[in-house]
Amino acid sequence: MKLKNDQLSGRDIRRKLFNGWMLAVLFMATLVTVLPLFNIFVYVLKQGIPALNLDFFTQLPAPVGETGGGMANAMLGSLTLVFLAAALGVPVGIAAGVFLSEYKESKLAHPLRFGVDLLTSIPSIIVGIFAYALVVRPIGHFSAYAGALALAIIIIPIVARTTEEILRLVPVHIREAGLALGIPRWRVILVVVLKGTRAGVITGVMLAVARAAGETAPLIFTALNNKFWARSLDQPIASLPVTLYNYAISPYEDWHRQAWAAALVLMVFVLVLNLVTRLTIGRVAKGRKRD
Amino acid sequence: MSRAPKKREEHFGDRLFLWILRGVAVAVLLLLAAIAIEVFDVASPAFRKFGAGFLLSNNWDPVNEEFGALAFIYGTVVSSLIALCIAVPISVGAALFLTEIALEGLSKPVSFLIEMLAAIPSVIYGLWGIFVLAPWMRTTLQPWLGEHLGFIPLFSGPGYGVGMLTAGIILAIMITPTISAICREVFNAVPQIQREAALALGATRWEMIRTAVLKSSGLGIFGAVILGLGRALGETMAVTMVIGNRPEISSSLFAPAHTMASVIANEYAEAAGDMHLSALAAVGFSLFVVSFLINFIARLLLFRPVSGRS
Repeated sequence: MKLKNDQLSGRDIRRKLFNGWMLAVLFMATLVTVLPLFNIFVYVLKQGIPALNLDFFTQLPAPVGETGGGMANAMLGSLTLVFLAAALGVPVGIAAGVFLSEYKESKLAHPLRFGVDLLTSIPSIIVGIFAYALVVRPIGHFSAYAGALALAIIIIPIVARTTEEILRLVPVHIREAGLALGIPRWRVILVVVLKGTRAGVITGVMLAVARAAGETAPLIFTALNNKFWARSLDQPIASLPVTLYNYAISPYEDWHRQAWAAALVLMVFVLVLNLVTRLTIGRVAKGRKRD
Repeated sequence: MSRAPKKREEHFGDRLFLWILRGVAVAVLLLLAAIAIEVFDVASPAFRKFGAGFLLSNNWDPVNEEFGALAFIYGTVVSSLIALCIAVPISVGAALFLTEIALEGLSKPVSFLIEMLAAIPSVIYGLWGIFVLAPWMRTTLQPWLGEHLGFIPLFSGPGYGVGMLTAGIILAIMITPTISAICREVFNAVPQIQREAALALGATRWEMIRTAVLKSSGLGIFGAVILGLGRALGETMAVTMVIGNRPEISSSLFAPAHTMASVIANEYAEAAGDMHLSALAAVGFSLFVVSFLINFIARLLLFRPVSGRS
């Protein structure tokens, strides 16, 4: 049914044009957001792939200024540091997350949540200063222990947060059912709740590990770096991000080439972990909602 | 389940479990306090020697043991400001696009990509900054800015590629995922009814966004921005690698500079003497305090508009 005033007024046309223009602007904003990711990705692949060879994974660094050599010690060092850090940080983080989710009524819950949020937001270089003050200063030299402590502090709040979120997804009636059957509360939590959410908690841990593996700032003056294999854990130890940093700011072409290779290895590691995490958490969350 | 519960045993198990968890909770809180205390401890010689002047003096001279952190405060403030100016419109725009315009088939993968941006380690941003962004700045952007806007002191002087502007740009890229993700949550929290009401009254898509979504999300967006600022303050590696590492205050954005985080990363491991180290820790403690305040404010702002979860 055609109405009398169906003609579009000039003002309406202007509004429509402006609308189209703004939508395009928003689209451009999204494009600009994602563009750097692709650029970085392309460059890391472009520069990193040619630089990868067997030497990179098996050799120690060559003497300064010489070409060749690899980052085998840095990779082992990173694995060592992350493993130590996780051994310390993951149990603490999970315990904190369990506490926040299962004992919400406790008077400690609110301060703890605030504290965990705070820990997440501390600049990682400050964590490095703390680890320096606590471990490096009294011992007198840099060590893997100090680096591992710094990374553990970074891991704890991430694991706590994700654990709490995952556990929260478990419906209350599951806990109530367990308690109604006479199972003690601690058993309900450990066996009933944690067992079912194992996948989610583990992926939260992987997220934290991925983050710790990429951290540089807290390591530069705790674990420092090492041109050779670390002979013991109370000595400085090489790590992939720190070596990457040192090579990148150096004046040597060959080191730049190796830095790109390191970036490729690091990026693949971190992104794969994140991808698996996001996919699994998505599935866990969806599964729960169906109950 | 026919076994009669041995009351005392299970109470004991529950109590023990609770006490262990409580212990962990207290330990985490103590850790937080310990960090503040220990960093202050390393920093206190410098604070005692220079007092409040530490934050106001522009003289950073490790050789003569004179330390003033003003250049770093300036660097941190300016680089963060640049980052916010660039990142906020882009992040808010992208968040709006993803929540209001894009279909789920598009918004899900794109949100995922933006999260991937957040997962890339800072050193890799720095590496890319040194070998891709900085040369581009030196050969393309800085000459262009100098040519067209060189009369403004901000864009005067030679552009070496590394400097305040480059650091600001890299920071912008790094905080965009944070701001955008929180904005998305804020926008999703707006009731659908408001959108429908605006559309029913004849608003165009954009007018609906402006009136129904943006207007009521002001506080939430501000919170997201503050959180992004908090992230920018703490960013270390990428900034260290592209900012030029010169403890100087200059009116030009092309000039090299230093931020509070980058000077620590640059000088700590080879600090010349105890006072130098202490001064660096003092810069660190100041950064810690500022970062704490900023994040605290952000949480306050975000607690209300986004129902509960921040």
